[in-house]
Amino acid sequence: MSDAPAVEISGLVKNYGRTTAVAGLSMRAERGQVTAVLGPNGAGKTTTIEVCEGYRRADSGTVRVLGLDPVRDAKRLRPRIGVMLQSGGIPTTARAADYLHVLARFYAHPIEPGVLLDRLGLAGSARTPFRRLSGGQQQRLSLAAAIIGRPELVFLDEPTAGLDPQARHATWDLVENLKAAGGTVILTTHYLEEAERLADYVVIVDHGGLVTQGSPAELTGSQGQLRFRAESGLDTSGLTGALPAGAMVKESPAGAYLIDLPSGVDPQVVATVTAWCAEQGVLAKNLRIESRTLEDVFLELTGRELRS
Amino acid sequence: MTEATWPSPAPGSAPLPKMVAAQAGLELRTLIRNGEQLLLTLIIPVLLLVVFSSEALISIGRGSRIGFIAPGILALAVMSTSFTSLAIGTAFERRYGVLKRLGATPLSRGGLIAAKAVTVLTVELGQVVLIVIVSLLLGWHPVVTAVSVVSALLVIVAGSAAFSGLALLMAGTLRAEATLAAANLVYLVLLGVGGVVFPLTKFPAAVRPALRLLPSGALSDGLRAALRYGAGFPARDVIVLAIWAVVGIGLAARFFRWE
Repeated sequence: MSDAPAVEISGLVKNYGRTTAVAGLSMRAERGQVTAVLGPNGAGKTTTIEVCEGYRRADSGTVRVLGLDPVRDAKRLRPRIGVMLQSGGIPTTARAADYLHVLARFYAHPIEPGVLLDRLGLAGSARTPFRRLSGGQQQRLSLAAAIIGRPELVFLDEPTAGLDPQARHATWDLVENLKAAGGTVILTTHYLEEAERLADYVVIVDHGGLVTQGSPAELTGSQGQLRFRAESGLDTSGLTGALPAGAMVKESPAGAYLIDLPSGVDPQVVATVTAWCAEQGVLAKNLRIESRTLEDVFLELTGRELRS
Repeated sequence: MTEATWPSPAPGSAPLPKMVAAQAGLELRTLIRNGEQLLLTLIIPVLLLVVFSSEALISIGRGSRIGFIAPGILALAVMSTSFTSLAIGTAFERRYGVLKRLGATPLSRGGLIAAKAVTVLTVELGQVVLIVIVSLLLGWHPVVTAVSVVSALLVIVAGSAAFSGLALLMAGTLRAEATLAAANLVYLVLLGVGGVVFPLTKFPAAVRPALRLLPSGALSDGLRAALRYGAGFPARDVIVLAIWAVVGIGLAARFFRWE
């Protein structure tokens, strides 16, 4: 039981009337890790998280959170998880510090509210009612509320949406602290740099289903590119033959060479390219290795068209 | 970057009474800071008490004016807290996701209902103390016996349960704005036909029994029976209120939507 993964979902289906929000999603999030769920708007991220939090019942499929059924075992699960909703959830007239003190009294070993206010830059707004806080401050108070009970597992639904860079970094630091302290975090985000920086494991969903999952390195590292500039019109067929299978060499525009390597760029590949250039008497200028970013992978897998 | 070590996970919930007390405390502080709610629960009832006891605005029949008005105002105070204020407060909590967020904490729904009950009864205690003091200053001589006091308290508790059930039914099924409008409207209607300041005997004989079957009529009638006439235990009114409570709370439990 205690070895159960943080979240294990198989074949999750959730419909709202005739709209299918989640269509047979399977995913897994390990303990002690930060897992990022990425996807375009309407991909089913929030619905999936809310099924894990026990807010919604799965139409079919199984969902286990810390080995428990989020609906049936809600009473046992609730003290062990922390939840940050996408918006709202805090009484509009409650003062920041008062609200955290009340919430602290729901838990056995809470974090001192003053520590959280300091850490999240809210100490100066301790007596401000929630509705008078700025959007960023409201987000941070929501985050504080999610972790005050020292949960094993924290669900953060778009924790940095609309935050300024300072607040975003403060949030990232806190997520890293939570992980370093042995906690588990599952977050949804639109920001690929956020997933790249924080996540040990990335799950990309779209149209209610899994697109791919893996560590950021696995997702981005399996493919690489090498670019250089040289005189135009080189015959590159010999280079293509010397490179690992699947490699493609293109010249576009004239004088700009691009080598696509599905198996990634390794030192041997670089040696092969430079050896070929030396053989041809070609000086490769601006030779550089580019690995794909998570953003490249994301756009490739989910398309570039805008979502409503 | 990570200048301090963060506390490691140590989950666990607090004992239920501690959670309920914390939540009730927050709700009470929220009410006290809300000017409109104070107007509704304290200022309007006391104002009506003073105005209707001093001026012969309406004919109440025989007996002292304050002896008639004071129990009616107590009934109004109970309605304002357990119905109007509770309905509006809960509707907006639902609208702003507060109830949803609480659903992810260790405080159970039962615990939340208990916290709301504690809040309603505490506010009512404050209202009753204030209204009784003002009434006594205005020359009220209520019947004070063990039976009359216990009867009055029982009528207040049963009335609170009846109105709270209806308040939660409204707050849990209608939009927040609709609840706001409807709760205020119902408050005004009950003020008119609930036997608060206009005696039920002034209404046509045909509608009188129906008005006494409304929770407002039963509440004011029960309080008057106990405190004005010392008429023994007002069983009929308490039963009417208990039926409303069972129906209202039952429907609320069945149809309440948390988000």
